[in-house]
Amino acid sequence: MHELSICQGLISQVERIALEHDARAVDKIVVRIGPLSGVEIPLLHQAYVLARAGTLAENAELVIEPQLIRVTCETCGAETTAKINRLLCGVCSDYRTRLVSGDEMILASVELDLDASEMIHDAV
Amino acid sequence: MCDTCGCNVTPGNEYLIRPDGKHALTDGKVSVNLLKNLLSENDHQAAHNRAHFDNRGVLAVNLMSSPGGGKTALLEATVELLKDEFRIGVIEGDLETENDAQRLRARGVPAIQITTGSACHLDAHMVHDALHKLELAPLDVLFIENVGNLVCPASFDLGHHYNVVLLSVTEGDDKPAKYPVMFRGADVMLISKTDLLPAIDEFDPVRATSNLRNLANRAPAYSISSKTGEGMQTWVDWLREQITTQRLRVVSGQTARPRIQSHKAHVGHGL
Repeated sequence: MHELSICQGLISQVERIALEHDARAVDKIVVRIGPLSGVEIPLLHQAYVLARAGTLAENAELVIEPQLIRVTCETCGAETTAKINRLLCGVCSDYRTRLVSGDEMILASVELDLDASEMIHDAV
Repeated sequence: MCDTCGCNVTPGNEYLIRPDGKHALTDGKVSVNLLKNLLSENDHQAAHNRAHFDNRGVLAVNLMSSPGGGKTALLEATVELLKDEFRIGVIEGDLETENDAQRLRARGVPAIQITTGSACHLDAHMVHDALHKLELAPLDVLFIENVGNLVCPASFDLGHHYNVVLLSVTEGDDKPAKYPVMFRGADVMLISKTDLLPAIDEFDPVRATSNLRNLANRAPAYSISSKTGEGMQTWVDWLREQITTQRLRVVSGQTARPRIQSHKAHVGHGL
């Protein structure tokens, strides 16, 4: 259940960003997860609820954007989708492929709730 | 490189965040685009560990398998074969007990035990802490025996140079298909406990290797028995070659990473 470790890392990153922007809270966290990252999306959601408690992200929504597995073939050059345990070329079935996407574990963006004073400062 | 503001943007990923960057949404709200690895804190520590190994000319190898896959027995047999040739150190990861470290110490090898409590994997910070207790400079190779687990350890870069994944013949030859994240990251797969093969006719080493190839992994697959010594020479030759290569890399100021540190490589590619 390493999803909890991952969530704790995620929350500590997000809290640091929130503090740097003088935010009073985090509203939303958007992450991108590929099947080959080794992260189970339902477990990440469960772990997130535990990890966010008592932090600036306590009420933040976690949005997970699942990513597709795609490979390019070094033999025939085709780019095709693939299954998690069958990363072969979809055209010529060669195993000499390179992963184009599908192993992402990325914090894409956060939405922050700022202090009113900070916004006035920004506007000036 | 800034850790938080998105300035780690490359020409390859720049389109993903254009035109927004940091922008105000509504009153008092702001959206910040980041494109950072979820494990960037671990990865930062791992890079530090790797530099530490390289500065001291040590090859670091991460051993992973199921519980009972034969990691410690492999280390014992490897130490016997290489102890006169190389200086070997070991970091052992287990939830509890010093048993594995004691087994290696009994063979004259400095061994540090990390007990993770309830944690199912080692991470770069745990390895870093262990490094404070181990004198690296005299070593040629450091084995990090990860917690027995085919799931979680695959996600954490420890700062090592190569992933060695064991698949024992008692486990079934379809393990690479069942645990693709782990086996996709193997720089070498060792089919272990082959002395038991006569009793286990369901296990076919050719099929196990074919399941590894289905993960687009070109890593060598060696059949070994730590007990009888069968195949151990091939494994030790591989290791010897990596130790020599690591020495050359260190001289030229280069380093190596496991063939796949999955998520990391793709922050800058199409999503």
